Amino acid sequence: MHQEETNHHSTGYGTYILVWLALIALTSITVTVAGIDFGMVALAIAMLIAAIKSALVINIFMHIKYEEPIFKVFLLVSGFTIVVIFVLTFLDVVNR
Amino acid sequence: MANGTIAVSEKSFYEESTNKHSGILAWLLTTDHKRIGLMYLYTISGFFIVGVILGLLMRLELIAPGETIVSAQTYNTFFTLHGVIMIFLFIVPGLPAIFGNFFLPIQLGAKDVSFPRLNLLSWYVYMIGAVLVLVSLFLPGGPIDTGWTFYIPYSVRTGTNVSLAIFAAFVLGFSSILTGINFVTTVHRLRAPGMGFFRMPLFIWSIYSTAWIQIIATPIIGITILLVILERAFGVGIFDPALGGDPILYQHLFWIYSHPAVYIMILPAMGVVSEIIPTFARRTIFGYKAIAFSSLAIAFVGYLVWAHHMFTSGISDTARIIFSLLTFIVALPSGVKVFNWVATMYKGSIDPKPPLLWVMAFIVLFSIGGLTGLVVGSLATDIHLHDTYFVVAHFHYVMFGGTGTIFFAALYYWFPKMFGRMYNIKLANWGVGLFFVAFNMLYFPKFILGYMGMPRRYFDYLPEFTDLHVISTVGSWLMGITMIIVFGNIFYSAFKGPKAPRNPWGGVTLEWHTASPPPLENFHEIPTVTREPYDFSQLEEMNDESK
Repeated sequence: MHQEETNHHSTGYGTYILVWLALIALTSITVTVAGIDFGMVALAIAMLIAAIKSALVINIFMHIKYEEPIFKVFLLVSGFTIVVIFVLTFLDVVNR
Repeated sequence: MANGTIAVSEKSFYEESTNKHSGILAWLLTTDHKRIGLMYLYTISGFFIVGVILGLLMRLELIAPGETIVSAQTYNTFFTLHGVIMIFLFIVPGLPAIFGNFFLPIQLGAKDVSFPRLNLLSWYVYMIGAVLVLVSLFLPGGPIDTGWTFYIPYSVRTGTNVSLAIFAAFVLGFSSILTGINFVTTVHRLRAPGMGFFRMPLFIWSIYSTAWIQIIATPIIGITILLVILERAFGVGIFDPALGGDPILYQHLFWIYSHPAVYIMILPAMGVVSEIIPTFARRTIFGYKAIAFSSLAIAFVGYLVWAHHMFTSGISDTARIIFSLLTFIVALPSGVKVFNWVATMYKGSIDPKPPLLWVMAFIVLFSIGGLTGLVVGSLATDIHLHDTYFVVAHFHYVMFGGTGTIFFAALYYWFPKMFGRMYNIKLANWGVGLFFVAFNMLYFPKFILGYMGMPRRYFDYLPEFTDLHVISTVGSWLMGITMIIVFGNIFYSAFKGPKAPRNPWGGVTLEWHTASPPPLENFHEIPTVTREPYDFSQLEEMNDESK
């Protein structure tokens, strides 16, 4: 098991702490932005920040960045499905 | 198809265990996919019978207008439990958990699934979910009365045990996800040498597509259920307009899962049909790749149509038109399958044994269900028919006439392999015939009732609806008798039936290359696949194998 792990790319604690700090910073931006009235743009900003945060978590904490391509393909398929679901839901919400 | 699969079998999986225990513990701690499949068969059949009894009681209540055997409140809990049990405990897990577990590794030429212990865990998680449903019936507050869809705002306001019952659905979802992960991994990693993706039997293709929906869609219902529980406990306001929430958001989230779940229910059934028809027509399947890809297409398009359940809920006109249009697209891959099945039988050598008869019943009933789906999928006609008995008839034709019928087809097809015994063919034929009559008597009047304006979930009705309700109730009695015959035949034969040969139907997929019942790790030697999945030219060679 250890043998296998050493073959993988290993990420240092420094990177993990940097990513963690970035996540906290992004969360505080989300909270701050929620207090300002941007109208419909507020939602877009919140979604964008959430997307950046999940990209960080998936790539660094979940090690997808260093995995085989098949995992990335599956992840993209799932991500694409979620995007389609969001677009279709907004067809209702935006036009109501 | 395969070489080196000659089983010099001494012991079957019944006689050899994966652990050191014997008796009931050997079963409860087993990691053998076949035993786990059978444990699912027993528990799921048990819940199915409970669901049937609730259905019979509901039909009896509706034999005459006004109160007959139960109060209005009891009737509400009956239809809710009937729905919850039939959907979450029977149809969703039914075919993948029972027949997927038992036959997916064998048809792939594998010894077991990729994660045997996870497989056992998913059975326990299923049982915990089922027990939670039962516990919710007897706690103070009373059984859940919201209908199986748990719609907001009623599900937040009612005093019945909604939180516990829907938490049970949350737990059952985990079982579904674990099974899905296990099957996807098994298909990718454990195919026998020579078994490329396009040499996999079509049942595997359908289970594989289903597994993907289980993995991707189930978390959505999980989080939705947690939100309802939060809303009930703390009034957080996600769905409450007074607090800035949106009640229609609940319906969106619920159906984003529950519509793909319809395909979790029907895709494995279509896979079973694609196994049975070639075997009993002695002819390779027509359009193998078209059927395989149509499973994936249905799995994908199934995500795009959910709001057709919400045409009268107040969603925007743009969304209604687009979802109605998208709904019609599902008919394309479904049509591909039906036409290919019929084309397979053309000029085949048809042998009308019970499994094929069940499939014939399926094609008729499912086609009626599918075509009436176009009626409720069209925006204009749905406005008239929404929430009437027409919808009740439609989904019973699809769910029970589709997946339910194929549950019996699969049971009657694979029974000799699973139990090593044969049932009474004549009684089985009677079972299918009676089922077909009882089914149409029970559900067809509901189409007419719905068209006339009978609303669903009502405990009482106008006197002019009485005749059709009586026909339907009598049909339910006939269905009850049919179920006794169909299950009785299986139950009796499992103990007393004559010994079955290894290949009673002349099938050619890998499960027919091994003993009935199979040995512990399915094959004494991992088979090497050299032929297409439905190549019947190997039948004679297979007869030599078994000698």
